[in-house]
Amino acid sequence: MTYLVLQTQLTDTGEWIANIFFYIIAAVAIVAALRMVTTNNVVHASLYLLVVLSAVAATYVILGAEFAAATQILVYLGAIMVLLLFGVMLTRAKIGAETDLDHDQKWIGALVAASLGAVMGYSLWEGFGDVRMPADQVPQRTEAVADEIFSTYIVPFEALSVLLLAALIGAVVVARRD
Amino acid sequence: MFAVELAYWQETILKLLFAFVAVLIPAGATVNLYLFKMVSFMQSRLGPMEAGPYGSLQLVAEVGKWAQKEDIVPARADEFVYKASPYVVLLSTFLLVLVVPFGPDAFFANFGTGIFFAMAVSSVSVIGILMAGWASASKYSLLGGLRAAGQLIAYELPLVLAVVGVVIQAGSLNLQDIVMAQHNGEIFGWGAIGNPFILTQFVGFMIFLIAVQAELTQTPFDMPIAESELVSGYMTEYSGFRFLLFFIGEFATANIFAFLGATLFLGGWSIPPFLMDIIPGLAPELDATGAVLSEGGNSAAGMSPWFNLIGPIVMLVKMLALTFIVYWVRFTYPRFREDQLQKFAWKVLIPISLVNIAVTGVLKVVF
Repeated sequence: MTYLVLQTQLTDTGEWIANIFFYIIAAVAIVAALRMVTTNNVVHASLYLLVVLSAVAATYVILGAEFAAATQILVYLGAIMVLLLFGVMLTRAKIGAETDLDHDQKWIGALVAASLGAVMGYSLWEGFGDVRMPADQVPQRTEAVADEIFSTYIVPFEALSVLLLAALIGAVVVARRD
Repeated sequence: MFAVELAYWQETILKLLFAFVAVLIPAGATVNLYLFKMVSFMQSRLGPMEAGPYGSLQLVAEVGKWAQKEDIVPARADEFVYKASPYVVLLSTFLLVLVVPFGPDAFFANFGTGIFFAMAVSSVSVIGILMAGWASASKYSLLGGLRAAGQLIAYELPLVLAVVGVVIQAGSLNLQDIVMAQHNGEIFGWGAIGNPFILTQFVGFMIFLIAVQAELTQTPFDMPIAESELVSGYMTEYSGFRFLLFFIGEFATANIFAFLGATLFLGGWSIPPFLMDIIPGLAPELDATGAVLSEGGNSAAGMSPWFNLIGPIVMLVKMLALTFIVYWVRFTYPRFREDQLQKFAWKVLIPISLVNIAVTGVLKVVF
């Protein structure tokens, strides 16, 4: 097979590059998450959340889960975050620092977050601590994802669609004035 | 034929360079050709005539002008967000061009989820527009940003739904697979021109074009930058280089959506199969079953390597044809009112595209 232009040689370098990029993305996500709760401007907080969510999508790409990554971008960045920014900007979107964003319960919140992180981190480490990503990781085929959803996970999938339909009807009922 | 072996980093650098070429050259070409010249002829004037022969270097002069202008940040603006937002818009443009295939091996990334990824990253530009609208600390900008967000959310749905028909017919989300499905397709057993999906998915094609027009906030869907009400919408406060970035983002995205439209509906980089029989050296490499050889997730691997050179030119021609329609409509129709615009998306385009999906699904099972 002759290629006219390019022929990729991706051997050990592939794994090495994936590791470097994972650490960069993880660092960005953690810093952005911390800044999101410490910043004193609502719009800035939403933008930091946006960075965290995109970092998660980037992690999916590294893990070879392209469909999950695209869904993450389409749903979280393209829909949920846009609606959130939309709502924030329509109602209270002061530029500059706000003073009334602080809250007495923040220490309890921090405690809950820390213990949740500890529990999840411990269980993940216990369950998957010695699992290694294969060096010749290939992206998961979308057809494989679809086959799984519509065979093994068909009941949860249908239950989820009914739940979303109920939420949709509920939104219409709440929004209707007559 | 010659083959080149490149290390990963060399290939990455080359692809980065090609990405700039693929975004900037078509953008410059269409702005010069359509925005400066064609529109002038439609309005019975000559357009730019001084810079270069027949005004062909006008764009270079314009870029020079913008680069010289002062980069003003309003006193009460949120400086970082204000400065970052044009780059977010451009980021969306560059992420979009990643998935467009220009030949059997001439692609930036052969994503398995190709078109789905493209639809996802196209919505990132809304975030940049909202950031610009908010950070400018101006009522016109904020209103423009909010209008843009509302419009882009509304028209993203028909855009995605229009593409679903093509995906059902091709049986894949991968753009390379979609090109090959059209190339190998037959119209009732007649395969001389393949089966470009514009024939079978004409409704989807029309919805795609309309939704793209709205996604690009081009007239008749330019409420977000309506100059008679909002000065220039979310771009009002921008000047100099950052305005130029918004400008490039807008017109380059128009081209990349046209590239995507050409790939989805007009057969992409491939040429009609009967031409391949006539021209020597273009015969595809076939596998044991007589289908075009596929290799490593790339279903076009068996196509003649010459398509890596012909493909970009074919894509450029198809892209120019589609962007012509975009600019033609842009300078022909008056602006929609905000409520008309929302109603048109939710009550007309989305129901039609849902019906299109249902009909395509039924016909796919029947045939």
